[in-house]
Amino acid sequence: MYDETGNKPGWQSLPRGGVIKRPGSASAYETGEWRLEKPVYNTEHCIQCFLCWVYCPDSAIDVRDGKVIGVDYYHCKGCGICVQECPRTGRALDMVPEGDNK
Amino acid sequence: MGHIKELAGKEGLFTGGHRLCAGCGIPVVVRQFLAVTEHPVIVAAGTGCLQVASAIYPYTAWRTGFIHSAFANTASTISGVEAAYKALKRKGLTDKEFHFIAIAGDGGTYDIGLQALSGMLERGHRVVYICNDNEGYMNTGVQASSATPLGADTTTTPVGARSKGKERERKDIIGIVLAHNVPYVAQVSPAHWHDLTSKAKKALKTEGPSFINSLTPCPRGWRSETHISMELCRLAVDTCYWPLFEVEEGVWRLNYRPRIKRPLADYLRTQARFKHLFLPENKDILENLQASVDRQWEQILKLCDGN
Repeated sequence: MYDETGNKPGWQSLPRGGVIKRPGSASAYETGEWRLEKPVYNTEHCIQCFLCWVYCPDSAIDVRDGKVIGVDYYHCKGCGICVQECPRTGRALDMVPEGDNK
Repeated sequence: MGHIKELAGKEGLFTGGHRLCAGCGIPVVVRQFLAVTEHPVIVAAGTGCLQVASAIYPYTAWRTGFIHSAFANTASTISGVEAAYKALKRKGLTDKEFHFIAIAGDGGTYDIGLQALSGMLERGHRVVYICNDNEGYMNTGVQASSATPLGADTTTTPVGARSKGKERERKDIIGIVLAHNVPYVAQVSPAHWHDLTSKAKKALKTEGPSFINSLTPCPRGWRSETHISMELCRLAVDTCYWPLFEVEEGVWRLNYRPRIKRPLADYLRTQARFKHLFLPENKDILENLQASVDRQWEQILKLCDGN
C-alpha cells in the first residue's frame, strides 16, 4: 500500500471516499509470482489468430502493431487457457514448469 | 478474423494485475465486453469476486469509471448514475455519450440484488446489467446460491452421509427478468466470443435496460482444472445446459444449435463438484438433472420456434 513516491500514506492523506485516482493502477501489481507453470510463446508457429488474446483472463498477451508478440509474465498467472486454446495446427504456445529461465 | 484484431488494437479497459484466480471466467467476459464499447464507460460492480479482486486499494484494474457498490444495490447505484446523467443532459450541461454497465455475480443478481435489479428494470434505465454466473458464492468460500445447479457439492450443501449436494433446481433468472418486459435479454458464454461481442454491442445500443447472463467457470468452486475453463463453457453449450439465445423485444432467437446434443454427463464429469453423481446410488439425481436440462432445452426450442 504505497504511493508513487514509495511512501506509505497515512489516513489523513487518503482521498475522500477512498477514491483511486489512477485508472488501471493494478497493472503495477505483480501476479506473475502465482505461477506454477508458464506458457512459452514461439513466434514462428504463430498464425496470429488472436484466440489467446481473446481468452486470457489476465490481459497478459502482449500485442504490438496488430501482432501477438508474447506473454506478459509480470501478470500471467499460468492458468494455461492460452495453451489449451492455441490451434493445434500452429501450436505457438507451450506450457513448461516455472523455473530457472524466467 | 479481422474483427478480433480490431478489438485487440484498442487499449484494454481492464488491466492485468487484478487478483481473480487463475483460470477464472469473469475477466474474460469483462475484457470481451469492454472491448466493444464506443463511449466512456461507467461501471458499478456489486459485491462478488470481480469487485473485491479488481479494486483493492490503492490498485484498480479498471480504466473506466468504477463504483464499488454494496451487495444488494448494484442496480440502484447505476440507476442513480444514469438518472444524474439524464438530468445533466436535460439541463444542457453535457452532450457526451456514456455507457452505463452494472456487473454482479449470481449471488448479487439471483439472490441479494434481485429487488434492486427488478426496480431498475421496471424504471427503464438505459443500463446494461451483466450477471457473471459462477453458480455459487465463490468469493466467500463456495456456498450455494439459487443459481447453484441440482446436485452440486458446495460448503452449504455438502456431500456426505445425509446430504447428496444441492436439493433444489436453479432459479430461472431469465424468466424473472423477461417478466419485466425489457427490450433486450441474452445468455452468453465467454468461449463463444463472437456471439458475446455481438450481443454486447446490441445491449450497449439498446434504449432501455438490457440483461446479459454469462456462464463464468470457477476452477476453485467447481473444482475443475484451470486450463479447461473455456472448454467447460463449450461443453455447457453443447450439452444444452447453457443455451445461447437472445430475446429482443419479446422475440426469442436461438444463436447456436449444437450439431449433436451431447449427454450432460460429459459436462459434469469435468468438475469434481459433481463427482458423487456418478456413484450408482446417486443415479437418480443425475437423471433428474439431465431431465431438467432436456425440459429447459425443449422449452427454449419452442419459444424460439425456428428463429
